[in-house]
Amino acid sequence: MDAEQLAERLRGRFPDVIVARGEVTVTIARKELVDAIAFLRDEPELEFDLLSDASCTDWPGRDPRIWMAYHLYAMARHHRVRVKVGLPEGDLHVPTITALHPSANWHEREMFDFFGVIFDGHPDLRRIELPDEWEGHPLRKDEPLGGVPTRYHGAHVPPPDERGL
Amino acid sequence: MDVERRIAEEEAKQGILTTTLAKAVNWARKQSLWPATFGLACCAIEMMATGAGHHDLARWGMEVFRASPRQADLMIVAGRVSQKMGPVLRQIYDQMPEPKWVISMGVCASSGGMFNNYGVIQGVDTLVPVDVYVPGCPPRPEMLMYGILQLHEKIQNRGTLD
Repeated sequence: MDAEQLAERLRGRFPDVIVARGEVTVTIARKELVDAIAFLRDEPELEFDLLSDASCTDWPGRDPRIWMAYHLYAMARHHRVRVKVGLPEGDLHVPTITALHPSANWHEREMFDFFGVIFDGHPDLRRIELPDEWEGHPLRKDEPLGGVPTRYHGAHVPPPDERGL
Repeated sequence: MDVERRIAEEEAKQGILTTTLAKAVNWARKQSLWPATFGLACCAIEMMATGAGHHDLARWGMEVFRASPRQADLMIVAGRVSQKMGPVLRQIYDQMPEPKWVISMGVCASSGGMFNNYGVIQGVDTLVPVDVYVPGCPPRPEMLMYGILQLHEKIQNRGTLD
């Protein structure tokens, strides 16, 4: 199936399907996420059996603030789809899809680590890349880009240009 | 002064040199530094080039980079130190036997460099005491060797045993 055929096939199930630059994007509501991913994985002729990426983007001041993006790939049929879910500010909860795609485990931990998205039902939702005692979620747009203090075992060393060397 | 010098000249004729114990020991220390392998990024490539045949760190008796900190007394921090590498670096430094020295190689190790962000420690001197800073991005082997020779001078001129 090429992108247009795939989009046509998906419109039978999802109301919001667009094709841009040859890429198919499905936008769904949060409560439909697990059902949608299961449908895409199990439906004959779709068979999106590989979660090739899961990530999110931050849009402060907009609603929804966080856009989740799940990139699925069908290994046998060689087609791709992107599933988007918007999360409103102050309620960054989304159901986990680790039961459907176990590879989502570390992707979801990474999004929790860097964006603070809470994955309900995740088996082991800890920080994955930053130190365990880290405060904040540094890939949010309202985090400082630079000039941050060095935090080491409770000590705070200011950034080099504020040390008065 | 003249008497001491005449005595020294007489002794030299007999094949005897006199000096202070501190100077002799520090001379031995500086001529046999044992670096720990601590390559973290692109600076490590230049550090390896410094140790290899073309630039030949063996000229100063320090071509053997030790994989165990117990056998090393010089840590060349070659590259940016990420927040998670910080405790590892400090532990390796603590495991090295005294006396020990640290060279901060390159601008990232010295001040965070171009990585002015949350992920990189803004200067390794926030974690361990640094003896010599070598600037550059990355420094050429000649610059690292110059830094090492500066460290040699620093060790030789300590003047005390400690």
